[in-house]
Amino acid sequence: MTLAPGKKKEKLERLAELSAVRDDEQGVSLWREAMRRLRRNPAAIVGASILVVFVLVAVVGPFLVPYDPVDQSGIREGVIKPGSIPGTSGDHWLGYDHQGRDEFSRLIVGARQTLIVGIVSTLIGLTIGVLVGGVAGAAAGLGGRWGRLVDSVLMRIVDMLLSLPSLLLAVSVAALLGPSLVTVMIAVGVVSVPIFARLLRGSMIAQANRDYVLAASSLGVRNTKIAISHIVPNSLAPVIVQATLTLATAIIEVAALSFLGLGNPDSTQPEWGLMLADAQIYLDVRPGLAIYPALGIIITALGFTLLGEAMREALDPKLRR
Amino acid sequence: MFRFIVRRLLQLIPTLFGLSILLFIWLHRLPGGPETALLGERGTPESRAQIRESLGLNEPLLIQYGRFVKRLVQLDLGTSISTKRAVTTEFLQRFPGTVELTITAMVIAIGLGIPLGYLAARRRGSLLDQASVGGSLLGTCIPIFFLAYVLKAIFAENLGWFPTIGRQDPTINATHITNFFVLDGLLTREWDAAADAIWHLILPGVALASIPLAIIVRITRASVLEVLGEDFVRTAEAKGLTERTVRRRHVLRNAMLPVATSIGLLTGLLLSGAVLTETVFAFSGIGAFIKDAISNLDYPVLMGFIMIIAVIFALVNLLVDVSYSLIDPRVRVR
Repeated sequence: MTLAPGKKKEKLERLAELSAVRDDEQGVSLWREAMRRLRRNPAAIVGASILVVFVLVAVVGPFLVPYDPVDQSGIREGVIKPGSIPGTSGDHWLGYDHQGRDEFSRLIVGARQTLIVGIVSTLIGLTIGVLVGGVAGAAAGLGGRWGRLVDSVLMRIVDMLLSLPSLLLAVSVAALLGPSLVTVMIAVGVVSVPIFARLLRGSMIAQANRDYVLAASSLGVRNTKIAISHIVPNSLAPVIVQATLTLATAIIEVAALSFLGLGNPDSTQPEWGLMLADAQIYLDVRPGLAIYPALGIIITALGFTLLGEAMREALDPKLRR
Repeated sequence: MFRFIVRRLLQLIPTLFGLSILLFIWLHRLPGGPETALLGERGTPESRAQIRESLGLNEPLLIQYGRFVKRLVQLDLGTSISTKRAVTTEFLQRFPGTVELTITAMVIAIGLGIPLGYLAARRRGSLLDQASVGGSLLGTCIPIFFLAYVLKAIFAENLGWFPTIGRQDPTINATHITNFFVLDGLLTREWDAAADAIWHLILPGVALASIPLAIIVRITRASVLEVLGEDFVRTAEAKGLTERTVRRRHVLRNAMLPVATSIGLLTGLLLSGAVLTETVFAFSGIGAFIKDAISNLDYPVLMGFIMIIAVIFALVNLLVDVSYSLIDPRVRVR
């Protein structure tokens, strides 16, 4: 019996898929197993709970705040005087900030801005990093001589990004693009590009020697298809873990850029890093203005870190039983 | 070994090439072009045109880039806008301060981190272990400039145990030969000057050490745990070596390998952190000057310093790799 060429190929690909060793056919899938272990890890529970509260505050909070976070009522009413910023009171739970705005409302609304900036900058780094690392990894693992060339060119570019200490890389990008909120997100995102790129590439090269790739390849599946539908999905676990950890560093790095004067130039919209940086001049008058946003940053970063580390442990094949 | 070093040095070339292109683009994208970087905001149209002509800014970009690289190679990085002195001079004058600070932080991080990580691994699950793991997670989550402010407020301003700012008390009137203040004090036998310089290093050193310390504790702990499970440790124990010998010769030596690799990574963290810490403590090093350059839009300083730091960073990483291959012969084969 003869088959049409297209039909034949389809059949071969189906065969390749069937012969590929899939984790879920060996019992429990990697992700379900990881979830099971995450639920038993107290650190993961604490981290996840912190993040649930944070996201809830960021999403719902701004609708419930008692005051408009940009309204300078304190200045209008004349309660803000040089050298004196009123603290906690019945009406203003955390007092006013240096521009006479309600600190509590700014903290709550700031959670949303902080979350958005953190997520967008991580996504920028993740997207570019995964593209670069994915192409390099596929080229190195499957592409022969030309592949190795593509891989080494891409990796030299990544090395270039790694040739500067992270904060100085962010400073360079921020100074190059000029101050704006978008700049901050790009600058912080760029810093994590080399991390994601190297991680995915390394993980893909390790996968490229596995039997299921050989099986697919010997059945005539095109290299591009092997890379995209077999190798990448099996290599993503460490990248996802890293993205969780990067969310923590992104929030902290945004604060550092603001501190250096390269943050969002529009300081009316509250964001924790910017609030913390703005408060440094008023430390003697009202240290709380620095402490509240700092605690917000620390607790949130801790949430992402705890969850990320727990995920790393849960996905570590060495620890899997 | 020689070939290994040469290969690593050659790998630096594309990196530096890329970086020089980045700086070149940066210079040309400055508001007002490179002449603004030299003239500041005050230039008249005539003086601008003159500078453009004398800098060769009307020539093709490729030729301009060639000139730019030539100047870089000759270590001519231009003049600071705010101080009117050569960027390289400014760098050399401030670099010793940053070196002293990063060494202090490194000593604190390694001196505390390795014993803590080791003990945490030996007593896995104990209170000490949980505290070290928890503390090291927390340590990476605190913005370093906030920690610096807190330390300064508590230990310098309230308790008065440490000086609040600077590298040395100006009333001491110390002689400076190398600009490494501690070293100068020792060389000139001005012991009080050296002690005062060390005193000024401690608080910023602790703040700067926080993240490296957290990382060293975690790496040491993980690495010791892994080595403790190795066959050769069991063999060593089985053949009757004392626990002390096993610990020193077999566990610690092998467990230190990943820690040694991480020192290159830590250099980057320390240089990043120095910008923030030096600013908080008004500590006159390259970090505080970079922050000033950002505020003053002093682009020649910003770009020049970043270029020099990239080269130093690369050389430190090379040094780490070379010494690593000396400790661990397995690396050399690759």
